[in-house]
Amino acid sequence: MKILNLCIGLLAAAAMMSCGDNTNKKSSAGGALNSSAAEKVYVAPGEQDEYYAFISGGYSGNLTVYGLPSGRLFKEIPVFSQFPTSGYGYSEETKPMLNTSHGFIPWGDSHHPDISQTEGVTDGRWVFINENNTPRIARIDLETFETVEIIEVPNSAGNHSSSFVTENTEYVVAGTRFSVPVPQQDISIKEYKGKFKGALSFIGVEKETGHMDIKFQLLMPGFNYDLSHPGRGDSHGWFFFTTYNTEEASTLLEVNASQNDKDFIAAVNWKKIEEYINNGGGKMMPSNYAHNVYDHNSHTATSTMKKEVRVIDPTEVPGAVYLLPTPKSPHGCDVSPDGKYIVGNGKLSANLTVHSFEKMQEAIKNEKFDGEAYGIPILSFEDVLAGQVEQAGLGPLHTEFDDKGNAYTTFFISSEVVKWKLGTWEVIDRKPTYYSVGHLTIAGGNSREPDGKYMFAMNKITKDRYLPTGPELEHSAQLYDISGEKMELLLDFPTHGEPHYAAAIKADKVAPNSKKFYKLSENTHPFAAKSEAETKVVREGNVVHVYMTTIRSHFSPDNIEGIKVGDKVYFHITNLEQDFDVPHGFAIIGQNNSELLIMPGQTKTSVWEPKQVGVWPFYCTDFCSALHQEMQGYIRVSPKDSDIELEWSLGEDVE
Amino acid sequence: MKSASIIMIIGSALLFSLFIYPLWTVELEAPQYPDGLGMYIHLDGLQGFTEYDLQNIDGLNHYIGMQKLPTPADMWEFRTFPLVVGGMAILGVLIGFLGLFSKVSHKWFLGWLVVMTVLGILGMYDFNAWLIDYGTNLDPKAIIKVVDADGNPFSYKPPLLGRRDILNFTAVSYPALGGILLTVGMLLTFIAYLIGLKSSKK
Repeated sequence: MKILNLCIGLLAAAAMMSCGDNTNKKSSAGGALNSSAAEKVYVAPGEQDEYYAFISGGYSGNLTVYGLPSGRLFKEIPVFSQFPTSGYGYSEETKPMLNTSHGFIPWGDSHHPDISQTEGVTDGRWVFINENNTPRIARIDLETFETVEIIEVPNSAGNHSSSFVTENTEYVVAGTRFSVPVPQQDISIKEYKGKFKGALSFIGVEKETGHMDIKFQLLMPGFNYDLSHPGRGDSHGWFFFTTYNTEEASTLLEVNASQNDKDFIAAVNWKKIEEYINNGGGKMMPSNYAHNVYDHNSHTATSTMKKEVRVIDPTEVPGAVYLLPTPKSPHGCDVSPDGKYIVGNGKLSANLTVHSFEKMQEAIKNEKFDGEAYGIPILSFEDVLAGQVEQAGLGPLHTEFDDKGNAYTTFFISSEVVKWKLGTWEVIDRKPTYYSVGHLTIAGGNSREPDGKYMFAMNKITKDRYLPTGPELEHSAQLYDISGEKMELLLDFPTHGEPHYAAAIKADKVAPNSKKFYKLSENTHPFAAKSEAETKVVREGNVVHVYMTTIRSHFSPDNIEGIKVGDKVYFHITNLEQDFDVPHGFAIIGQNNSELLIMPGQTKTSVWEPKQVGVWPFYCTDFCSALHQEMQGYIRVSPKDSDIELEWSLGEDVE
Repeated sequence: MKSASIIMIIGSALLFSLFIYPLWTVELEAPQYPDGLGMYIHLDGLQGFTEYDLQNIDGLNHYIGMQKLPTPADMWEFRTFPLVVGGMAILGVLIGFLGLFSKVSHKWFLGWLVVMTVLGILGMYDFNAWLIDYGTNLDPKAIIKVVDADGNPFSYKPPLLGRRDILNFTAVSYPALGGILLTVGMLLTFIAYLIGLKSSKK
């Protein structure tokens, strides 16, 4: 067989070489256009993009998958919000994914996707993303591009300084933006100072399976923890969090939280805390939070309530936390690829502050402290400062890095991206964005090896960039070529929801592992019918289970009688197809939840509670085949007191 | 005669490769199947390019009322062919060894080749007859019924060798590695005969 494969391989190589000739001809003919932006983003029909971009959907609660440089949308992955397109959060199997200690939450606010890493480099296995409103962290599997795990974060509120991973994905970190009483209690809001705490959660990620478990929560002073990033290289083992509202105000924060000349970057030595825990440190606090896991064999999620969490008082672990004064309510907290610099983007400051990890270590060694906050030592600003980018722009928010020692910072107020040099702190270039940029992304941005080919800026305001669509507009994004000295604007494309951060990765790290379909032989769903012979309808009181299958182009069974008003009918649909891209859909009149879109080899369940007597049709919603329109069936619903027996069939009336 | 006998042994032993490699390849090409769809024909049964190709080919064929692809239990050929090929290979190697020890003449090499060629032609004839049945013996209740230019039912018979457009697919048939080695082996036995003939004339 190997030799045969080799022969086929040689044939394929020959075919590719002849294709290669064609391409060369094409590009030489277009030589005059080499510098055009259009050519740089043009991905010809049939060709594929070089990068995946995973762009958060903000208040859509989801994650969108784009191709770069084309800016084409490939998929919207449902994460924290119900998604009727596929039935996510509506099907019986996926409802547990959205379970929390507050009950079923149909919606979320997704913020900062980050790709798993091995040895400081993105490995393309998982994407983590945080939910801001009801604090949760999700893990998306990049073999299936599906959400496979969601863990709720207790003692947190406004899960914003999240979900960034350490360089071997030891942890995905989730910090609270709003400080709250820990544990929650009925006290006056005026008791904020001293009583409210900010929990920084370190969620361990199991190396092989990716399963998440909260290892510890650091209960910090009641500041607002805005963003964070891990150290890497020499600073691996540390995590850095920006803070604002160190004034600890609880009302009119836009004024009251903008009074201090400097807030802090909190530097957390998580390795030291690990040691402390391994020696029995910390205490278990009673708690209640959901851990939801989706299994790809049973195609089913389970939700477990966890009842305790380990909390750490930072003052009890000497050397674990230091505060680095940073001007004016810093927002983004970004660490250079070599781990030497920590950039604090002080959003109300004219200058950009860069701290030195080396100088921080030196100051700690010499115990040169400039006071303390709630027992946590504060280092002196001058002692840790590496440099400042002077008067770079207005309203700095976020910084990413390329592979040539440059940094790129977004400025919300002056609506631009500014390129500057690490070490010399000089501004090299600036380009406008359209308009009011928030985050920006460079592939491998939070890693040791960023890929300095493209950068894209995600804006908060769209205005006139596209054809108007009434008062509500999708947000705009701009793609820039950053391979040269000056940035070059290439493309403008709309994004879905409100993109906060995005994570991008070379396509060849992900695409080869993408699953084509689920193997029917591996399906362990308890209600799966793995062949038409296994289909059946079973009544248990007023609950009816329909074990149904789909294959081009029919349901089995497609005629069902003996259902009564008041029954609760579970349609368990198994797609028997074993080929790439042959989903079937299932919809029935009066479905109070959503359709199901079932991938080959998968089983999904929709519950239907008929309220009216009659004969009601169901059909396939996905144009699956030439006879898709024929893919339909009927279900007879009789009065509650009817004595009609259950009967089901396929093809019996055709002779 | 020594070199002729060794070539005879090698040539007939190449038949054993059919127990490892497939004889023939039938491929279905269509734009919707960028990864290809098709099967290898082994001596003892069919094998899809992937685990699911046979089932997917059957799935497509059900629209036009074709029979399901045969399993080894469905066709006597899949049980008989391994015996015939194995027997001929052993016989060929035996004749080669006998030649090596001058027990038989080069004419035996030709005799083996003639028998093998006759069997090969019979095999091809049988394979073609199956292709005709498979491509034309259709379910009268077929979902899609197509007629040719003369108004006769369209034949879905894949070609024995070469390409043929069948509705939206192009069917391509060609020898697989086992088939190629079989041909090379038979060619070698003919060369063995020629060398034997030449040395006998000296």
